[in-house]
Amino acid sequence: MYLSLRDRPAGPASSNPESGTRQPIVRVSSVVVSLGVVSLLTDISSESVAAILPLYVTAALGLSTIAYGFIDGLMQGATALVRIAGGWAADRGDHPKWVAFAGYGLSAATRAGLLVAGGFAAVTALVAVDRVGKGIRTAPRDAMIAASSDPRTLGRSFGVHRMLDTVGAATGPLLAFAVLWVIPDGYRTVFVMSCGCAVIGLAVLGLLVPDLRPRRAAWLAKHQSRDERGLPRCKGCTCTVPGLAPAGRPFSWRAIGTPSLRRLMVAAGVLGVLTVGDGFVYLALQDRSGFATQWFPLLYVGTNVAYMSLAIPFGRLADRFGRARVFLAGHVALLGAYVCAGTSGGWAGLTFAVLLLLGVFYASTDGVLSAIVGQIADLSARGTAIGTAQTVVALARMLASTGFGLLWYTVGRGNAMFVAAAVLAAAIMACWFLVRGLDVPADSAAPAKSLA
Amino acid sequence: MRRPAPRVLALILVVVVVVAGAVAYGVSAFRTQRAQVASSTHVAQSDLAAVEGHNRIVFRSTAPGDQYGLVAMVLLDDPAGPRAFTAVACDRVDAVPGAESCLRTVRGIATRFEAQLLDASWQPAQTWPLPGVPSRTRLSADGSLLATTSFVTGHSYATTGFSTQTVVHRADGTTTGDLEKFALTVDGQPLTGSDRNLWGVTFVDDTTFYATAASAAAGKTWLVRGSLTDQTLVSLRENVECPSLSPDGTRIAFKKDVGTGGAKLWSVAVLDLATGAEVVAGEKRSVDDQIEWLDTSTLLYGMPRETEAGVTDVWSVAAQAGATPAIFIPQAWSPSVVRN
Repeated sequence: MYLSLRDRPAGPASSNPESGTRQPIVRVSSVVVSLGVVSLLTDISSESVAAILPLYVTAALGLSTIAYGFIDGLMQGATALVRIAGGWAADRGDHPKWVAFAGYGLSAATRAGLLVAGGFAAVTALVAVDRVGKGIRTAPRDAMIAASSDPRTLGRSFGVHRMLDTVGAATGPLLAFAVLWVIPDGYRTVFVMSCGCAVIGLAVLGLLVPDLRPRRAAWLAKHQSRDERGLPRCKGCTCTVPGLAPAGRPFSWRAIGTPSLRRLMVAAGVLGVLTVGDGFVYLALQDRSGFATQWFPLLYVGTNVAYMSLAIPFGRLADRFGRARVFLAGHVALLGAYVCAGTSGGWAGLTFAVLLLLGVFYASTDGVLSAIVGQIADLSARGTAIGTAQTVVALARMLASTGFGLLWYTVGRGNAMFVAAAVLAAAIMACWFLVRGLDVPADSAAPAKSLA
Repeated sequence: MRRPAPRVLALILVVVVVVAGAVAYGVSAFRTQRAQVASSTHVAQSDLAAVEGHNRIVFRSTAPGDQYGLVAMVLLDDPAGPRAFTAVACDRVDAVPGAESCLRTVRGIATRFEAQLLDASWQPAQTWPLPGVPSRTRLSADGSLLATTSFVTGHSYATTGFSTQTVVHRADGTTTGDLEKFALTVDGQPLTGSDRNLWGVTFVDDTTFYATAASAAAGKTWLVRGSLTDQTLVSLRENVECPSLSPDGTRIAFKKDVGTGGAKLWSVAVLDLATGAEVVAGEKRSVDDQIEWLDTSTLLYGMPRETEAGVTDVWSVAAQAGATPAIFIPQAWSPSVVRN
């Protein structure tokens, strides 16, 4: 299950790009593709339910959804911290696959729960548990992607994963609505379908993805001789001391406090505080444009389609031109989306432009951030570092929503967008000085470095 | 040919079992649903002509069968009697002589929602898109104003704190805009919180209305009196949800939280606007509807049946402390009393 992608020569080969020799085909690891398929199935599962949940709660259960949004907001904050825990467990035990498996398993169990749950409280609790599962699995999964990829094409590996992931996120709601279209009130059929996708995803992870041991692999790569590994001198010997378990360097919190990681976290946090949430951007559009109102419940599908088609190209751009640079450029696209949403004058094309710009923003930031962390974090703490970066972003964005809401009412929707855009422009320039040193030229990022 | 690895065989097995199971479930659900739709609705029926033009109650019929979800009407004098069906399907409906407001779900691969102003012959005069699942609708007495409340649904909007959108439309197609943009004054102080919500409009006349305002941060809801001309909202009282003005304009029926120990229980209450006296009726279940006045002393509201998914009844209760509710129209929802 290899996804072959032709690539421009990277590393030493690039010293002679005009040589005319056959360029090496760089493959994306089958592990990355398998993990992408797992995410695809899981996202179909979760997004199909998320899309119809408001309808289900109001139409089938006959309840109000007003409380739902509030609980959802609280849960997002709580699960942000679970992400660090998931990454830490993966680093500590050196079995990221089984930590991720636990997270995916928890979410799959909530799908089964939805089939028997009756009340609003039960449904809300299940949504909460699902979010905890998502929090647990994200960092170990990204650590596995980093561990199984060539460091030179890390951006592309994450791009492939995020593309598959987003295909699931975009198809889930459409599948769910298609089921409801054929079977009105077929909510339980959607839940059964969702549960089935989750189970298959879990099976793909359990059966196809190898139990990667990133720390052990690094230790073995560093200690090549039997002597260094503390093993008996000859293969048949049984008389000497028992061999040390080659578990690699133990996990240490100090490993996530390195200057380069700290600078990245600060930049991600500052930019996160200025990422006000798609909801606000869509609402600003909807305020002026009849087109956007009509399609409001589906605008996020448009963003997902743009993200899906751009994830791989922008991952490759990140590999070529520097990941931190592309990460910042993604925020310039976000700035563009704010300006478009602020100026919106009921023109349908502007809505498309905003969705495209948001797609560019996600394609050049979400997977790319994990790729940067995967590249600069010490191997023994990669999962924790990725989890921490995602937590920083998630908490910063929560803060952003609250703060921006206030601005929204004080200066009006359009002006609020312009203010956010102006501050973001300043922040992007400031962050440039913070992160520009993080892009290492492709030549020096030889495979051996990540194993050191 | 090389035999595939056991784990690949195991995966294939899982996929086949799961897909077969899900498809079997889907097909059986489809058949059940088809059988239900094919069976005709078992309720006594009459002609539209026999009901229209008389004092009547317009509502959404939730009797299972091929007419599920259609708007129907009964004579005011015989609410449990035969119902006359229209061809219009609505999730929420409100009616005055000569005009109806209908909030509906447009099903499809891309499910959408819209509000319609219908004329006397149930033909759409105006259509407005809604950003999410319909919640409440009310017409002004002469049908010139139409208020809609819908949830703002979709992906991750929840975290922004906007869960409902309430707009007042005019019959000529223009709109007064989102009520969230009106200047809100609570106890004399302007409230500009980001998390405020407005819903459940009830009209007094063509410029004045009552509605619910809420702030999640303050954890409070207020009865507000609004002006369409000044674009203002002023709080009158705390702890009132979904107001409904009595036909004589002297009282407001609303939902009130009477739960104990943190659990919410929305009961039915009535507030006398002149004296500020409040009575809570004897509804022991939690109500989620905007109340309708049957007459100056009786209230109507919908309740889902616990045992039958999708089936609801319209209940009535006297506007008195501790009054006992009773089923008024079985298998109905969103009642609207129309007097010619």
